[in-house]
Amino acid sequence: MTGPARDNRSISPIFWLLFGAGGMLSALFGPGLILITGFFAPLGVGLPENFLSYDHALAFAQNPVGKLAVLVVVALFFWHGAERLFLTLKDMKAGPSLLLKLCTYGVAAVVTAAVIALLLAIGF
Amino acid sequence: MPDPAKKTIELRILRYQPGVDAAPSFGTFEVAGAENMSVLEALQTIKDTLDGSLSFRWSCRMAVCGSCGMMINGEPKLACSTFLRDLPPGPVTVEPLNNFPIERDLVISVGGFVKKIESIYPYIMPKEPKTVEQGPYRQTPAQLAAYESFSDCINCMLCYAACPQFGENPDFIGPGAMALLQRYNGDSRDAGRQKRLDTIHGENGVWSCTAVGICSEVCPKSVDPANAVNQNKTNSAFDFFLRFLRKE
Repeated sequence: MTGPARDNRSISPIFWLLFGAGGMLSALFGPGLILITGFFAPLGVGLPENFLSYDHALAFAQNPVGKLAVLVVVALFFWHGAERLFLTLKDMKAGPSLLLKLCTYGVAAVVTAAVIALLLAIGF
Repeated sequence: MPDPAKKTIELRILRYQPGVDAAPSFGTFEVAGAENMSVLEALQTIKDTLDGSLSFRWSCRMAVCGSCGMMINGEPKLACSTFLRDLPPGPVTVEPLNNFPIERDLVISVGGFVKKIESIYPYIMPKEPKTVEQGPYRQTPAQLAAYESFSDCINCMLCYAACPQFGENPDFIGPGAMALLQRYNGDSRDAGRQKRLDTIHGENGVWSCTAVGICSEVCPKSVDPANAVNQNKTNSAFDFFLRFLRKE
């Protein structure tokens, strides 16, 4: 039985899994992070004293496990948003696919590289 | 008081005969006593009493055969289960299904769709063939429930008419064929899962989908093809990485 010609395996699964992982993380931790960093910390309520002070934040980001947490949360949130925006722009026919990928996946890739560089730069 | 059964409804129908007409154009018909008619009954009335050359597909008149899909006021619907009384007042616009070549008037060409259906091995491939004497392949209600909703597809192609990605890329396997693939891959009696998955790993396979989800919204049988597509994005994504561990 013959059907349409099979095309080559797509590399979309890579971006789709990053999208899925980021979606799961943002659903679990996004609202909590917004509450803590956006409301509780600036208003100075509901958190232990000095919870988000510079020293505390730096110590967190210098701890290897803390580094991993920062990387995973920032990078995967961006990969999630990048995929969502890419598909929406593709649906809207906003431009050639390569350009759209550069503007979405490209940003996520740059942010990921920057986070890794900064996390390494602040030392352990 | 005017008798509602005598109400006249205007239908604007896209007419086109390739090779004869330069381009598709609308014909307008007034159907008397149409208040309680389905769009299909109105089309049949037009064909019987006003213009015998009007062409459209239909068979069962009860949303089972999937033949009478068309764009009604711009939305993909089955003409037999869309009633004129439920549509907004004013003329009703009837066009062939979007995204398909027109064969004549409301009849579209389904060859590409049939090829897609054939390409995903739309039959059970048993693990071990059984003779009739060995009896039937048994299945529990839970095993049936795992795929049953996907087996409700009537191949009406409304999901293809709604899908913006199929509109962009006619080679995209599309929602209906993906629902059928899931119907067989979800069947406990089947052993053809990998063979079917291998047909959808490309951009024309499951990865053209941008998760718009309108396929499931327009489905007249609540098949939820978007769910089938999503499940197979997961399956194809795992296969992308796990294929190296697989024993061929």
